[in-house]
Amino acid sequence: MSVEGIAAPQSRPVLEVRDVSLGFGGVRALTEVSFEVRKGELFSIIGPNGAGKTSMLNCVSGRYKPSSGRVFLKGRDVTGLTPNTRATLGLGRTFQNLALFGHMSVLDNIMVGRHHLLRNNAVSGALYWLTGARREELAHRRKVEDIIDFLEIAHIRKAVAGTLPYGLRKRVELARAMAVEPSIILLDEPMAGMNLEEKEDMARYIVDLNEEWGMTVVMIEHDMGVVMDISHRVMVLEFGRKIAEGLPDEVMANERVKVAYLGIDDDEAAGENAA
Amino acid sequence: MISSSLIPCGQFKTSYAADTTLFLTPASRNWCIFGVVLALAAPLVASNYLLAILIQIGYYGIAALGLNILVGSTGQISLGHAAFFGFGAFASAWLNNSFGVPVLLAIPLAGVMTTALGLLFGIPAGRLKGLYLAIATFASQFILEDFFSRANWFTGGSSGAMAGPINVFGYEVSGDKGFFYVVLFFLVVMYLLGANLLRTRDGRAFVAVRDHYLSAEVMGINLTKYRILSFGISSFYAGVGGALYGHYLGYVSAEGFTILLSIQFLGMIIIGGMGSVMGTLMGTAFMVLLPEATEATVSTIKHVAGDIPALTSALAYIKEAAIGLAIVLFLMFEPDGLVHRWRLIKSYWKLYPFSY
Repeated sequence: MSVEGIAAPQSRPVLEVRDVSLGFGGVRALTEVSFEVRKGELFSIIGPNGAGKTSMLNCVSGRYKPSSGRVFLKGRDVTGLTPNTRATLGLGRTFQNLALFGHMSVLDNIMVGRHHLLRNNAVSGALYWLTGARREELAHRRKVEDIIDFLEIAHIRKAVAGTLPYGLRKRVELARAMAVEPSIILLDEPMAGMNLEEKEDMARYIVDLNEEWGMTVVMIEHDMGVVMDISHRVMVLEFGRKIAEGLPDEVMANERVKVAYLGIDDDEAAGENAA
Repeated sequence: MISSSLIPCGQFKTSYAADTTLFLTPASRNWCIFGVVLALAAPLVASNYLLAILIQIGYYGIAALGLNILVGSTGQISLGHAAFFGFGAFASAWLNNSFGVPVLLAIPLAGVMTTALGLLFGIPAGRLKGLYLAIATFASQFILEDFFSRANWFTGGSSGAMAGPINVFGYEVSGDKGFFYVVLFFLVVMYLLGANLLRTRDGRAFVAVRDHYLSAEVMGINLTKYRILSFGISSFYAGVGGALYGHYLGYVSAEGFTILLSIQFLGMIIIGGMGSVMGTLMGTAFMVLLPEATEATVSTIKHVAGDIPALTSALAYIKEAAIGLAIVLFLMFEPDGLVHRWRLIKSYWKLYPFSY
């Protein structure tokens, strides 16, 4: 730990969550949850409704401040930092409920993701031609077009985001998070509410993002088929506690996970109580 | 292409809205340039009455654009815009009278001073939203009004301040004709800056903060910073517009900058179209022309139907009621403003004779 800052970040995980607890009044949303995500991993968080998955993601992205515990991003303690600072440090995320900028074009939405990478400001931006803002905007436009190509949304780049169908909006949201050029990207239910075809597409994009772009991904998803197929490791939450973590197969075989998802059979429970 | 070539140039000077950069087609750009050229020729033919109206549209239009960046683009409400407009007028007169700063320099400097003031008032406002922000800016309106009436050194107190005429290279710009060109220059420059701002990083950040502040924050946008910055920019526009107003009238007095004018500014951007650069100018023109049109209507009735004392004596009230009525009707039937109506008209012609 003494050489932290030089050697440590290389060997340390991209994301480290240590004993994070979160309470809202009397409700304990998270209780001492710890996990690590290593570079290049596709890590999934699953659990029944209300298990605290989104709360966990919000603690990581800075929306919530954990009541105890720390969050480390690339070896740096970010627990006390605001969401926007974390974004500049390399954290991207999408939201469970659509959170696009509804009145902006798809292109502008994605360009907003470049915010922390652009240098022009209110003055130099207003003087557009004189300050190099034009050149800068165009250079970043090129990067954004790469992402648009990758996610195959070129046909809607000028469309107003709020008018798009659900599946496309989700894709635009992923594009926007990618535009941040994060070291790790958090996806909150990227496939919720999609039909089978859209789900397959999205799963393909996430796998490609992970394998071709080398992006580290943390994903919350309810579709077990997708999660078990594409994840490298899976963590299971129940009532704010971590009940399992490991390879998809291990997690599937875990008794506690089965109980959490399927519930205890009444007869069995009665039998247990009697014993 | 067809639609843009059908822009009726010269109408309401929408053409020198100078949001050049956002032109969709070369044709619409060319028409805009043509509109500015036409405006340049206006003093040669237009009457003084018409020029006075155009100048009014000019300085109010500049200030309204600032409010539109704040309210329309950033989604922050302000009920104190007239006070910042007034501060700009006083600041420019003060710089000119007390320090001998040439007026042409004093106008942008007044804008900078107003920016500083706006940033100051923006600090608490940057943390508030909705109704709470409305009340906070309402307070800033009254704080500044009180300041105007007490700060004798700055505003001349109740007697007001003289604002000197504009000198360009030793040549004094006098009369509406000369001043028209000054206003036109500032209008074009300020609208160009505004349009550029809205298509670059910080402009996008403003709209992001308006549309979804939570995800804006996750995209690396510092919410408080951008809310305050938006206040500053809006105040800059108010300051420049106010300074032009002051030097045009030659005399600045606090009575002109009441809450009523603040509401009128809001009316301009609601009628024109929230968040639209071009719409701002349309809305301003509408608001400036509305009382004139009302007056013309009343005098026509007078001609045709003979003198109706009740109507003539109520003219002042009718003018104000017309403004209120216009705002209400627009909110009900065209909440996206004139600019939206304009787009509909253009697409109607573009698609004619098919409606799809």
